[in-house]
Amino acid sequence: MALSIWIAGIGLVVGIAIGWNIPLFIPAAYGKYLGIAVLASLDSVFGGIRAAMEDKFDNVVFLSGFIGNALMAALLVFIGDRLGVEIYIAAVVAFGVRLFQNLGIIRRHLFNR
Amino acid sequence: MTGKKSYVALVVVGLLLGLMLSMQFRVTRENTANMSVERVRQLASEVEQTALKRDTLRDRIDELRKELDEIAALARHDRLRGELELVRMRAGLLPVTGPGIEVTLNDSALPLQPGQNPNWYILHDEDLLMVLNELKAAGAEAVAINGERLVSTSEVRCIGPAVLVNKTKRLSPPYVITAVGYSETMISALKMRGGVLDTLEYRNIQFSVKKLNKVVLPAYTGPTGWRYAQRVGEGVTH
Repeated sequence: MALSIWIAGIGLVVGIAIGWNIPLFIPAAYGKYLGIAVLASLDSVFGGIRAAMEDKFDNVVFLSGFIGNALMAALLVFIGDRLGVEIYIAAVVAFGVRLFQNLGIIRRHLFNR
Repeated sequence: MTGKKSYVALVVVGLLLGLMLSMQFRVTRENTANMSVERVRQLASEVEQTALKRDTLRDRIDELRKELDEIAALARHDRLRGELELVRMRAGLLPVTGPGIEVTLNDSALPLQPGQNPNWYILHDEDLLMVLNELKAAGAEAVAINGERLVSTSEVRCIGPAVLVNKTKRLSPPYVITAVGYSETMISALKMRGGVLDTLEYRNIQFSVKKLNKVVLPAYTGPTGWRYAQRVGEGVTH
C-alpha cells in the first residue's frame, strides 16, 4: 500500500513538472472542459483510494473509470454547451458530492484502523 | 493490488492527473491576470502611435492650407480669391463674426432624490442636437459649440460623460453654443411654448440665452477630405 502511494505520488510530481514546462497551451475556451475532466479524474482517484482501503481495488475498473469518466464528463459538457444546457453544473455537483462522500469514507477507514 | 501492472497503472494515472492539474492551473492563471494587462499595454501603444500619426498629418494640413493661401494671394487671381474666401467662409473654414446669440446649457443643479433617474437631469447629445436644430431652422448662418465650429459634416455624439463633435473634439458641460444670425428669430424659436427650452426647463436643466451684437466663431480645423462624393455629371461624358 505504502509503495503504491509512493509510486502514484512520483507519477503525479512528474506529471505536474511536464505540464508546467510543456510549450503546448490549451485555449482558454477549452479550459472549462479540462476543468471538468480534472474533477472527474480526482473523483476516480479518491474512489480508487477508497476501494484500496476496502480491499476491493480492481486495476481495470480503476483505469477505465479514470480515463472514461474524464472523457465522458468533458464530452457531456461539450454537448451541453452546443445545446445551450449548462450540464457542467450537473457534472460539478455530481462529482463534488461523490468526492466528498469518498473522502468521508476514507477518513472513517483511517480512524477505524 | 499486487503485480507490476497495477504499478504501471498508478504511474500513468498520477502522470495524467498531474499533467491535467498543472495545465488547468496555467489556463486559469492566464485567463485572470495576464490577459488584461497585456491587452491594456497593447492598446496604449496603439493609441500613442495613432496620435503621433495624427499630429504629423495635422502639420501637413497646416502646410497645405498655407500653400493654398499663398497661391490665392497672387494678384492675378483676385476675382478667384474673393470667391474662394466666400466659399471657405461659408464652408466653415474661416473664422466668422456677426450679430448673434449665445446659449449656455448645463446639467441640472438640483440634488438627485432617491429613486429618480439621474439621466433625466443631465444634458445629453440629443438635447444639444435639438437646440442646434432649432437654431439652424431659425436661420443661423454659422454655429459653434464650446469654440468648435460646426460644418455640414459635423456630428454631436454621446461618448459617456462628454460629447464628441467634429470626429475628435471632446466637449464637456457647460456647453456654450454660439450662432450668427438674426437674434430675435433664433431666440423666439428657442423660447417657443412647448419648444426646446420649455422641455429642458421641465427637466431643470440650467440654461441662459444671451443676445450679442457681435459674436466671433472660430474656423473649422478638422479633416476636410472627401473621398466618395463627386459632382454629378463629372467624368460621365468621356
